[in-house]
Amino acid sequence: MRHLLSAEGLDLAAATAVLDTADSLKQALLGREVRKLPTLRGRTVVTMFYENSTRTRVSFEVAGKWMSADVVNVSASGSSVGKGESLRDTALTLSAVGADCVIVRHPASGAAHRLAGWLDGTGTCVVNAGDGTHEHPTQALLDAATLRDRLGELAGRRVAIVGDVLHSRVARSNVHLLTTLGAEVVLVAPPTLLPVGVDTWPVTVSHHLDAELPSLDAVMLLRVQAERMHGGFFPSAKEYSLAYGLNQARLRLLPEHAVVLHPGPMLRGMEIASAVADSPRAAITDQVRNGVHVRMAVLYHLLAGEEAVA
Amino acid sequence: MAPRERGATDPAGERELLTAGDVARTVARMAHQIIEKTALGAPSASKVVLLGIPTRGAPLARRLAAHIAEFSGVDVPTGTLDVTLYRDDLRRRPNRPLETTTLPAGGVDNRLVVLVDDVLFSGRTIRAALDALRDHGRPNAVQLAVLVDRGHRELPIRADYVGKNVPTARSEEVAVLLAETDGRDGVLLRRGPSREVTS
Amino acid sequence: MTSQQSERTAGHSRAAAATTLITGVRCYGEGEPVNLLLRDGVIAEIGAQVRDADAEVLAADGLIALPGFVDLHTHLREPGREDTETIATGSAAAALGGYTAVFAMANTDPVADNAVVVEHVWRRGREVGLVDVHPVGAVTVGLAGQKLAELGTMAASAAGVRMFSDDGHCVADPLVMRRALEYSKALDVVIAQHAEEPRLTVGAQAHEGERAARLGLAGWPAAAEEAIVARDCLLAQHLSARLHVCHVSTAGTADVLAWAKQRAGGAGISAEVTPHHLLLTDERLASYDPVNKVNPPLRASTDVARLRTALAEGVIDCVATDHAPHAPQDKDCEWAAARPGMLGLQTALSVVVHTMVRSGLLDWRGVARVMSERPAEIAGLPDQGRPIAVGEPANLVLVDPEATWTVRGAELASIAENTPYEGMDLPARVVCTVLRGRVTAHEGRIRP
Repeated sequence: MRHLLSAEGLDLAAATAVLDTADSLKQALLGREVRKLPTLRGRTVVTMFYENSTRTRVSFEVAGKWMSADVVNVSASGSSVGKGESLRDTALTLSAVGADCVIVRHPASGAAHRLAGWLDGTGTCVVNAGDGTHEHPTQALLDAATLRDRLGELAGRRVAIVGDVLHSRVARSNVHLLTTLGAEVVLVAPPTLLPVGVDTWPVTVSHHLDAELPSLDAVMLLRVQAERMHGGFFPSAKEYSLAYGLNQARLRLLPEHAVVLHPGPMLRGMEIASAVADSPRAAITDQVRNGVHVRMAVLYHLLAGEEAVA
Repeated sequence: MAPRERGATDPAGERELLTAGDVARTVARMAHQIIEKTALGAPSASKVVLLGIPTRGAPLARRLAAHIAEFSGVDVPTGTLDVTLYRDDLRRRPNRPLETTTLPAGGVDNRLVVLVDDVLFSGRTIRAALDALRDHGRPNAVQLAVLVDRGHRELPIRADYVGKNVPTARSEEVAVLLAETDGRDGVLLRRGPSREVTS
Repeated sequence: MTSQQSERTAGHSRAAAATTLITGVRCYGEGEPVNLLLRDGVIAEIGAQVRDADAEVLAADGLIALPGFVDLHTHLREPGREDTETIATGSAAAALGGYTAVFAMANTDPVADNAVVVEHVWRRGREVGLVDVHPVGAVTVGLAGQKLAELGTMAASAAGVRMFSDDGHCVADPLVMRRALEYSKALDVVIAQHAEEPRLTVGAQAHEGERAARLGLAGWPAAAEEAIVARDCLLAQHLSARLHVCHVSTAGTADVLAWAKQRAGGAGISAEVTPHHLLLTDERLASYDPVNKVNPPLRASTDVARLRTALAEGVIDCVATDHAPHAPQDKDCEWAAARPGMLGLQTALSVVVHTMVRSGLLDWRGVARVMSERPAEIAGLPDQGRPIAVGEPANLVLVDPEATWTVRGAELASIAENTPYEGMDLPARVVCTVLRGRVTAHEGRIRP
């Protein structure tokens, strides 16, 4: 693995390897007083976030630190990024000061791909921590890790992704990864929140959550962002919640074993009822916990192996 | 495969150092040595834990424990200790999958830990194992048992229990085969890649 | 004598200084090779035995003569972005691409929405003298789509503006568009519309389709173009005004145009297609390389196929480059931050040959029609797009139909290098361009 830019770019072997490594790392750290491995000692990992996301940035930072990497956080406001320096110049600067890995969150789709292109030949690898409405591969990996914990192998499992698929990088990454792992994906959303050409995706599409719930092994709720609520994608928050929110009545339609996921941050009462979020069926804190292990595994696969011949 | 005569070199440059029978006798002898040296069963002795280093150290540790139980009547807990994350040569080799670390229920605190591996070579694996062990607790003492010591140490590390000392060229490869992982027991010496035959 | 007349006369006399004999050329790729004698800016003689001992001889064996190309849509970036293109470098690119007249779009800085700017552009074009540079005036002040610019003043200026467009922006307000179409009737000029319903393209980054959706690029739906084209056709016909549709990019627009033209007997409505929309598709998105970012965006292969047949059938009248130079920093960035547009002047002929001639959709007479005759008619240029005949203006391009060349952005005459054809092998090459009898480009070199 040279970079991690998309879940689409992970084949079954690569995805399984990362998930297995995450499991091993989780085991390796279980119940230990010293949660620090020397594996990436002397390696420098830079997080470069052009969008605020405390949860994702901290997760990567902890992952790097638990593996003894030196983690440097660059935020768009506290650096030359805020002074209008181009993404390319920032990336080349970070590479020149010795970053072994750049973890980038950016509002533009494809930003991580571009970064990887500019850093070609420098030996610096790129991890996509979310690019626009394109992909967020480590989120999909941690979701898959959480589902494997609860359900075992994912082949043949049926997972619904509910909500704003159109603007969701989490949805795109999950569609790719879950189908690669052999799961069946059903997208549930109002037609205004589904991408054009979704009929060509390897998924089924539904506009009726209640009809899907009884056959699901997991349901993944997407955040409804405030700007969508006012963007005319649906008439009102109340109507959305009535049709697509996971409330307690709907929870009862799910099979006993089914898992509820949410990438966070949650809008309680909107896409997910508070009681559902706090129920034992919800694996939301497991997702956060697994996030660290999955990101450690990604760093391990990118940085611990044989040095790429530049 | 019919067992070859010990010491015979086949055209591919492979020589059998230990036969299956040799491996069985060697492991049994090492078990006796561990019982003796750790004063196993004595009231004042530390509790012994055998930790195998994956891949082949793990079944070796289990075999040693079975012999120890047979010879002394004491059940010695075993576990595995993966050292991959502690290696200092990660960037010199292709990425490798992680093995599992399983410690016995009582952990390693205040125990006498015997690390078990198949081959002792540079000593770097054992250094990594000592580092890994430190993150899991504080044993009273740590000892090392290896089936084959082939020399060429790069660190001041020695084994407490050695099945067989084998003088080798650095370019040669010592392959330990175990039924659990390889379908049969034996130890082979292979000629290394010709470009490395310099030492 | 007014200053306008004197300058035009000066330009003509300079261009007509030489006598040139082109030998062994096949006009429109038809018939037997002939010699063309160019004298005093016009074609003086045509025939197999024509000779002139004093003339500069251009051996053109195996070459095809076509009327000089006319580009209704180019961005020369002067004034404002002379770091990417100037009237001098853009004129050079045009001459090397076989053009004898280009229309320079109004989205400069300052905007060409007044007589001062359009006269400056026109005058700089005359000074450079490699190609007739006709400034396009803005339809609305500042391209803001609200208040009509002084169309009459610009039309009456020294620049003699023939075409108005807010290109880069759509004249989206239907009432403003109606007024522009209506008002333009008295001036005998044409309104060229960049058809893009802005409410349907908020934040749009790429053709709305399966590829953009997967890549997370906000969609630019075909209907946003088609709806404006349909509206404008209805308005133009209602008002008996002239409408030119810029850079048609979708199959649906071709259908709308076919319907509108058939309805009106073809009067008043014309349309152009760019070379890149004839060749490239949204498959290019996968790399996220903004060299492929353009507005309107690269569409689906079904659109490309329909645009080709529409051009062959005359539903789309002509090819226009939408030549749009951009600085490296405006392209070597993330997709959303990049500016839309691509170079086109020096690759247009080759792309048309590749997509239209090699596919059998157009012959060389057809190339002359879509790259020279129709655009000259649409813009009302009396001395361009004329037949290759004795007494006609000597505005010519000589093409080697058998040549193949590899596109290198760094080797093009433009300051900017943003060609989407980098490294591609394209057929046919412009060997020589003649403006009013004077050679402006020959064998890849400019003759100032």
